[in-house]
Formats: sequence, structure tokens, C-alpha cells
Amino acid sequence: MKTLGDVKVGESSTIVKLHGEGALRRHLMDLGLIKGTSFKVVKVAPLGDPVEINVRGYELSIRKEEAAVVEVQ
Amino acid sequence: MADSQIHVALAGNPNCGKTTLFNLITGANGYVGNWPGVTVEKKEAKLLSDKSVTITDLPGIYSLSPYSPEEQCSRDYLMSGEPDVVVQVIDATNLERNLYLALQVIETGLPVVAALNMADLVEKSGDKIDVKKLSDRLGCPVVMISALKNKGIDELFAQVKKSAATKGRVPEHKFDSAIEDVLTHIENLLPASVSAEKRRYYAVKLFERDEAACKLINLTKDHAERVEQLVAQCEKDCDDDAESIITGERYGVIAHIIDECLTKAPAKMSTSEKIDRVVTNRILGLPIFIVIMFAVYYIAVSTLGGTVTDFTNDQLFGTDGWFVLGQGRDAYDEAAGEYTQAQAEIAAFIDAADAKGIDVSAYNDAVDAEDGDAAADALKTIAAEPKAASVKGEVEEDEDAGTTAATVTASQAVEDLDVAEPDPADYGPFVPGITTAVHDALVAGGTEDGGLVDSLVCDGIVGGIGAIMGFVPQMFLLFVMLSFLEDCGYMARVAFIMDRIFRRFGLSGKSFIPMLVSSGCGVPGVMATKTIENEKDRRMTVMTTTFIPCGAKLPIIALLMGSIIGDSSTSASWISPLFYFLGVFAVIASGLMLKKTKLFAGRPTPFVMELPAYHFPAIRSWALHVWERCWAFIKKAGTVIFASTVVVWFLSNFGMFEGAFGYLPSMEGIPEEFMDYSVLAMLGNLVAWIFAPLGFSTWQATALTVSGLVAKENVVATAGSLLSVGDVGETDPSLWTAFAAMFPTMGACVAFGAFNLLCAPCFAAMGTIRNQMNSGKWTAIAIGYECAFAWVIGLIINQLYELIVLGQFGFWTIVAFVLLAGMLFQIFRPMPHFAWTDEDETNSSSVVNATA
Repeated sequence: MKTLGDVKVGESSTIVKLHGEGALRRHLMDLGLIKGTSFKVVKVAPLGDPVEINVRGYELSIRKEEAAVVEVQ
Repeated sequence: MADSQIHVALAGNPNCGKTTLFNLITGANGYVGNWPGVTVEKKEAKLLSDKSVTITDLPGIYSLSPYSPEEQCSRDYLMSGEPDVVVQVIDATNLERNLYLALQVIETGLPVVAALNMADLVEKSGDKIDVKKLSDRLGCPVVMISALKNKGIDELFAQVKKSAATKGRVPEHKFDSAIEDVLTHIENLLPASVSAEKRRYYAVKLFERDEAACKLINLTKDHAERVEQLVAQCEKDCDDDAESIITGERYGVIAHIIDECLTKAPAKMSTSEKIDRVVTNRILGLPIFIVIMFAVYYIAVSTLGGTVTDFTNDQLFGTDGWFVLGQGRDAYDEAAGEYTQAQAEIAAFIDAADAKGIDVSAYNDAVDAEDGDAAADALKTIAAEPKAASVKGEVEEDEDAGTTAATVTASQAVEDLDVAEPDPADYGPFVPGITTAVHDALVAGGTEDGGLVDSLVCDGIVGGIGAIMGFVPQMFLLFVMLSFLEDCGYMARVAFIMDRIFRRFGLSGKSFIPMLVSSGCGVPGVMATKTIENEKDRRMTVMTTTFIPCGAKLPIIALLMGSIIGDSSTSASWISPLFYFLGVFAVIASGLMLKKTKLFAGRPTPFVMELPAYHFPAIRSWALHVWERCWAFIKKAGTVIFASTVVVWFLSNFGMFEGAFGYLPSMEGIPEEFMDYSVLAMLGNLVAWIFAPLGFSTWQATALTVSGLVAKENVVATAGSLLSVGDVGETDPSLWTAFAAMFPTMGACVAFGAFNLLCAPCFAAMGTIRNQMNSGKWTAIAIGYECAFAWVIGLIINQLYELIVLGQFGFWTIVAFVLLAGMLFQIFRPMPHFAWTDEDETNSSSVVNATA
């Protein structure tokens, strides 16, 4: 399964499915990370984590650990 | 509504300009309270232009989901029946995500007015929004505004008043027909008591299986089962869970609206993106960050802020006094220097004369009696003696005392008598220090000099307030800079850069700022935790941030260095960083240990955070931000410190002497070290056993710790008076010797230092912790933990020293090893099972409650 954390800087992809449960999953959905949403990984923090993605026209910071629940194409 | 007041709720995403709008329309004279039961701030104020309109500012949220306290209390308020109309603030530059919350608010059935904020930025970017069509699609009035530029506000409130008169309406937007069918079914199952415009909201909530919302309606058991069947069937058909289906539908509706109403200008790189490319650059990000933080710290704590704070402490509130705008300062300093030199020369001459066998007792008596004329006459008599002709006094050069080398003859000494002590008032517009002024006023008013009232007012009250006020200038500067960084959007990037490091010890990237600030002063440090939204992270940061040695702890470190090594300047300079490492170690160890306790149990806090576009903050909001923080400190921490200083003053000035209780300094025959008889000494003796395992069981050591609670600077000054070496600084070797003699071993001395640096901070910081925690229980936990941790570290240091250096082994050695092993176990053991599942358990238990 390829996840959001595996997408390289500068690459774009589309969300296939949101795994996990509870508050984190709902928070990601509320921020617009749902099935079919396309996004671009803009950059990675100087220490390698978290990553910054551009989704629905704004910038979002997400840890690789949490990005692991987002399955992408 | 029974009263004629119109209640308006302000809702919107974080960073949509909601607070700027609130400040603009209410004049920022809002009442700040908390939502009952949760530590979420609630602001309420009357509209400036119309007092019959009350505005309630809801917390910035992304959704009305049941998961975060902010979201819960927002929707509780919306459904409470109080708001007559909701102003939904929408960042027009980020329409898509902002509409997501807007749709949910519209679904509540309340009358909504959508305020499209940042209209000016949209115009600048070249995007076009069709307001009329958007209003049709959303089913509510839409007004373009700019809170920053104060545009469109009148129109907005004209519309608000119009909408407040309506009853609200059934939401306009429709989901996919299959979902709509299910929702209609659910609506029909709702009890008749649910009004028409709210039926949609509850149908959606039932569909989402949102227990918290559904508790509010009494669905029969049959109907609840029927709803569950419908939802389960729909989930099966769509091959997705209910929450995802609804979220997907909402974003689907939004996509349609955007298609119809928004014409995007061709994308070009915004200024914000250009800035961000540099400051969070993979290579340059960290260096830039270090430079910015160093600058903030350097300006606020070391240079400018430090200077102003010294001024406040020594001159404004102290006894030095000050010159308005510094006029006359140089001339006065020069005159004062001449006077000091003259006095030193006279003293040297008298000493030399004494050594030559001339009788100087008449002079000394006159000086002791503080009779200047008699002393002058006595000096002239001495100078006139035949033996005096050969007397040569030597004045040594001493930079600290302000003297230069000189040889003094009898005639020179007599000449020196003419050098009068300068009165600063002759040299310019001079204002005496508040302590001096109050003291003078009291004495002039007939109060006994140095008596009870004088001491209480000058030492207790003015001294106490001065201790608080001294922090204000530093804090002000710090907040000016930190609020700027926060308002412009850089703080979110700091968290982005630092998160990797901090989350290892259970904190998040946002904990960095408080820690940095705390190395200057713990009070603004604790206050800076306000930007950490997550409650667990915030609490843990508050608990650990005062471990970092603050500026006031530096004299203690210097004193320790002197006492341990015997020289605070050269060979022992490595000791000082050691205590900083101790502070950093305390933070890391505490973070690692605490995150595995039940208190901080739960999954690691997700760090999913919007990185808002950079913008220059609105001056008004910025200034307000700074003012609110400074004022909160002065007001709330002020009352705590004030009361505490008076209590400590009482403890150290009152006591039992020769069978009578009273104000010690004015008692008959009391020795100079009256503190030996004070209540403080008694209490010190009572609790001294606690510190016996740490090696220091004298009441003096305990009293020093207590005085450190008022302000850590006090420890050195109190040590001076307790150990009867007088008013000396931490660099004075006589204090080092006396201080070291207080402890049986060097280990005990270090243990004392470690305990004082790590235990509860000063009253000012504790007051701030109380303020920030907003809970007596959590304040007690924080202070209790700090003291316990400090005690354990002190114990380990002392016992290890006794074992390794002195070869002593006893009961406490075993205790120390057990505690050390316990700490190491807690630090290195894997995350315990409960810590991971607690959250899920709470969730499922609430499910059980809801269905029961």
C-alpha cells in the first residue's frame, strides 16, 4: 500500500482511501483529505519530518507517521 | 427572544480573520471567559455601533465534529438557542475549505450571514467571486468584507439585523439522491418535537453516528434501530463508512458551488510562497530559524529588555532613583565619584594616623554617631597633631569601589572634607526611587524610621510589586516580537521545523518557543504556551518549561560555582553550562516519563496543521495581543505574588524572642541576625527533615529555598543576611566560604543547587502557571511534580556523592538507587498499553453511555 508519506517532494498524487479511526481520521477528512482528493507534496521539514502538502488550495503540515493512514495512488 | 438583545455568534476557520473582525466591531473591549467545563476561551462583547447587539466569538474550528473541545462547545452554543443569527466568516482566498464549515453551520438551521473576508486580497489576486450566485447556492445572504481594511462592515450588520428577525430555514444544498433518500427517511423518524429547520441537522448527525449530538433528541429504541439499519445499508451500497460519505458529499457540494461561483485568475507564485520557499527551505530553514530566535531572545532578554528591567528594579522601584531622560546623569556621576574618592582618602588617612599611634577615637565616635560636624572637627584636630605631618595614607585603586590610587597627607585629608556629598536633585530633573520616596514620605508623616509600617510598606509591598513590575518591560518586548511572529504566520513554521525533535519527548514543535523564552524568564515562558492548542501538549510544556534556568537563577549558579570551586570566573566556567544541561535534561526526562503516565495517556497528538499564508499582522490585533498578555500578567499574577511577598515578609520579620511574639527588628536587645528567631526559622526547622537525605537539613537552607519562591534572585541576598556576611554579591569570596560551610559535603551543596534550580519556580511564575492551567488541580500537579522531581534529583546527587566520594552507604542510598532505577525504567520502557488505548476506551465508553 502506497501512503501519503511515500510520495516524493514535488510529486502529486490522489487519495484512494483514509485508514485509521477516531479523531485523527475525522480531522483529516474535515481538512479535505478524502477519497479522490489530489494533492502535491511541497516540501519536507529540515529534519526530514513532517512534510508540507498543498491540498484544496492551501498548505498543510502532516507528520509522516500520520500520513501513513492516507492511502494514495 | 425575551429581551431586545440580538445575539450574534461569530464562527469560522482558524486564520480566517475572525478575531480581527471581532476586535474591529466591538472595539476589543470584550469579556474573556471560558466555556464551562473546558479550557476553551470564550469572548463576548457588545457591538460598538449598536449596544443592542451582543457578539460571541466562537473558537476557530474546521468542523462541527464531536472530537475536539473547541468544536464541541461551538456546536453546543449554536444549538443552545441563544444565538439569533450566525456570522460565518469565510476566508475568501481559501473558499473551498472554508465552505466546509459554512455548510455545517448552515445545516444547523440557524439564520446565517456569510461574511467573505479578505475581499481586498481576492481582488488583488484577480480571482472573481459571484456573490449573488453564491448566496443562492448557500441559501443565505453573502457579504464581501475586509476586516483588516474596515470595508463592508456596515452592510454586513444591516444584513445581520435583517436575518435576526427571520426564523432560520431549511438548508438549501442537497447531497447525492441516494443519500438524500436515506436522510429523508431518518428525518421522518425524528420525534415531532424537533422543529422543521433543525430536522436536517439531526438527520445528518444520526447518519454520522454522532452520539453527542443525538443524545439531545429522544429517539425511540425502534426508531434508533431503524436508523442504524438504513445507515448500515447505505454504507454497504457506497462501500464507505458513514462519516466519509457525509464528508465526501459536503466536499462534492462545495466543488459544484466553486465551479459556478469562482473564476480563478491564472495561478502565479504568491509572495507568501516566495517567503516560505526561503524560510522553511530544507537547508536554510534551520539557520534562519536560529538567527530569528537568537534575535528575539537577545533583544528581549539580554540587551534592551534587560536594561529596562534593571532600570525598573534598581532605579524606578529600588533605592537608586533616576534622572529624567538621563539629563544630569554624567555630571552627577562625576561629582559622586569625587565624593567617593574623598571619603576613601579620609578613611585611609585615619587608618594611617591610627597606625602611627595618634588617638582617632574622637573621630570614630563622631562617625558612629553620624555627626558630620563633630567628625570634621575631630579630623582637623588629628591633622593638627605634630605627629600627623609624617602620616601618609594609601588609597588603593579599586574599580568596583570607584577609587583611584592616591597618597594622602594631613592637609589633603582636611581639603577632602570640603567635598560635599552631591544631591542628585541639583544636577537635573531627578526622580527618587519609589522605595526611597515612599520611605521618605512615611518618615515625614511621622512613621518610625525602619519600624513596622515602614518595613511592611517598603520591603514587603513596594518591594513585592517592584519584583513583579521588573518583569513587565522584558515581557512587553518579548510579546511584541512573539505576537508578530505568531500573527504573521511564522510560528506555524517554527512548529513545522522543530516538531521532529520535540515529539520524541512527548511534546510538539510548538513547545520550543516557551522553552526558549523561559531561559530569560519563566513568566512569559509559561504564557507563551498559550499558542499550543492541544491541551496535553500545553499542560506538559507548562509543567516542564520552568526547568530551564531563567535569568534570575544565574546568581544562584554563580554562587554555587564559587562555593564549589572557589572561583566563579576562570577554571569553573564549565559548571555554569552544566546547570543548563541539568535543566534541559529535566525537560527531556520529564517529557519521556510523563508521556507514559495515565495523566498524559492517549495517542501521540496528531500534528496535522494548516500553514497559513504569511501576511503583515493588523496593527490593532497585534497591539491588542501584546496588551492582553501583559495585562493578564500584571493583574492576575500580580495579586498572587503580592499576597505571597507580604506573607514571606511576615514570616521573616515576626517571631518569638525571649518569650514574646512580635515584630522582631524593633524588639529590645535583639541581635542583628533577627531572622534566627523568626517564624520562618521555626518553619524551616519543622520541615528541614525533608531535606536531610539531600544533605542539607539546616533551617537556613530551607529558608533560602522559601525566599527563592518570592524571586530566585532573593536566594543570594538572603544567604548574605542569613550567614551574616552582610550585603554582598554572588561574586564575593566571603559569601562562598560561608555558603559552603552551611553544607556538610560538596555533594549536599550541589544537591541544594539542583533542588533550587528545578523545584517550584518563583511566585510570579506559579501565578502564571495557575492562570495558564486554569485549574487548581493541574496547578497542584505541576508544582508538585516539579518539587518532587527536584527532590529526587537532589537525593540522587547527594547519595551518589556520599557513596562514591565518601564511601558511605545507608538507607537513603538504597532509596536513591531505587528512584534512579525507577526513572530510567520509566524513561526507557516502551509505551505502556493503556497509553495507546485509553482514548479509544473513552470513546467506546461514551458510546455505551449514549446507548444505555
